[in-house]
Amino acid sequence: MIEQLRKDFPLLHQLVDEQPLCYFDSAATTQKPQSVIDAVSHFYQIENANVHRGAHTLSADATTKYEAVRDKLAQYLNVHRNEVVWTKGATDSLNLIAHGLSEKLTQDDVIVLSPFEHHANIVPWQQAAARTGAKIVVLPASKEGVLDHNASIELIHDLKPTILSICHASNALGNIHDVKSLIEASKAYSTITVVDGAQSFMHLKPDLTQLDCDFFVFSAHKTLGPTGLGGLFGRFELLNSLPVYQTGGEMIDTVSFSGTTFRQAPEKFEPGTPNISGVLGFGAALDYLNNIERDALIEHEHALYQYLISNLKNIAGVKIWGDTTHNIGVVSFTYKNEHHFDIATLLNTYGVAVRSGHHCTQPLMAHLNIPGTIRVSLAFYNNQQDIDTFISALIETIEMLEE
Amino acid sequence: MDINQIQEKLNSLSGWQAKYREIMLLGKQLPSLPEPLKTTEALVKGCESNVWLHIDLDESQQRLVLIADSDTRIVKGLLAIILACYNHTLPNEAKDIDAYLLFEDMGLIKHLSPSRGNGVKAIVERIQQQVNMLQ
Repeated sequence: MIEQLRKDFPLLHQLVDEQPLCYFDSAATTQKPQSVIDAVSHFYQIENANVHRGAHTLSADATTKYEAVRDKLAQYLNVHRNEVVWTKGATDSLNLIAHGLSEKLTQDDVIVLSPFEHHANIVPWQQAAARTGAKIVVLPASKEGVLDHNASIELIHDLKPTILSICHASNALGNIHDVKSLIEASKAYSTITVVDGAQSFMHLKPDLTQLDCDFFVFSAHKTLGPTGLGGLFGRFELLNSLPVYQTGGEMIDTVSFSGTTFRQAPEKFEPGTPNISGVLGFGAALDYLNNIERDALIEHEHALYQYLISNLKNIAGVKIWGDTTHNIGVVSFTYKNEHHFDIATLLNTYGVAVRSGHHCTQPLMAHLNIPGTIRVSLAFYNNQQDIDTFISALIETIEMLEE
Repeated sequence: MDINQIQEKLNSLSGWQAKYREIMLLGKQLPSLPEPLKTTEALVKGCESNVWLHIDLDESQQRLVLIADSDTRIVKGLLAIILACYNHTLPNEAKDIDAYLLFEDMGLIKHLSPSRGNGVKAIVERIQQQVNMLQ
């Protein structure tokens, strides 16, 4: 099945410096299947028109197709279509939410984050805290990079936070967090819960009704879709109660120079011409994900991950960070005191594409007391051959460094 | 090795692994900076790794003396090449040296990612800036 799926991703079949590409940077962005690429180019070739205006056929068709993707997305996440807002990406979504919620904050409020958060789920809250005097508290984690779940639950009971914002899966380490029980614990205090689903959207297909969070954010490009698009889910009443973020056309009800009234969510958060081609491309990505056998896919990813870590553990001096039991298929490692930059640069000469550095999680790296890691992030289109290539490249890299 | 010898050597090697091996070897030959010299002021901004750089004039107050270090082997090797371009030159001569161009000629910029390539650019710009101040 996987070899068949790999054929759908044209980019994977290329040479880098005359060597076959081994793409292990899917946590940064996934590659795109041909159907997504086709949907985007088909739109510009045949369908291009602006949406939500104009009586002509092209505009009507574009609007129908564009809005149909909102339905698809709502279905994927098991929520109502009025609860999903298109944004530029997870970062944009988090900014919208933090900006909106900051109006409700005072110096008596506590915002709880985890040490695993991407800068995008830290800085907007820091800005909100700076404006309002609210306090930010960070959940506890082990020195190895695993959330202390029980202590986190206790801390939530102690703090009774106003907001809890946590990643479903860590982009730097791949850890999957039991966000459901953290959300459950915070329900007693009417905490507003925000889940950063950038890394979980594709790997875990979260059921948000079951998760029972108030907000959820994601980026399309980390889920086979085009860049420049993402979205958020917000529980309707809460979402609709947020103040407008950016303003302009499309999101208004009536405008006069004496005043303006806004539309309801989600439109009130979608000013200007949207990323139509991006949405249509993402629709194709959702179709692609819905059409592959999910259980087989998860089994394949899991087997690859196990194969990868067992091979890595055989190399003396390699240290794997984070939770290797609950993981979306991201391995973050260091080798002795060698700099991640040297290892990643040398791996690149073998056609192996990995990410190195702090992965936009500087507080986490500070917590682990390391400058950065080498991150190997898997997707279902990786195969065992990719991992074999990576492991032999890593062994040769280490030999070269230790000459 | 002077800069011409380095350039000849790197151009004679085929394959990126061999080139990087040579670059790291050059880095190994570059003396490490003593810890007290690894100051925040000496840090070059715009590099993916830590790069510390000091420039001064020699005792006769005529020629440039550059010392530099990095916490990565490859960047330290790149620094060795950059230093070979500028060390012991007169400030006036240094102004006309463009190490970035030399890296481009050797195909190194194309191979290094933009952020790393920009690291070379940032180092060269820092040198030029300080040379101007020394004059």
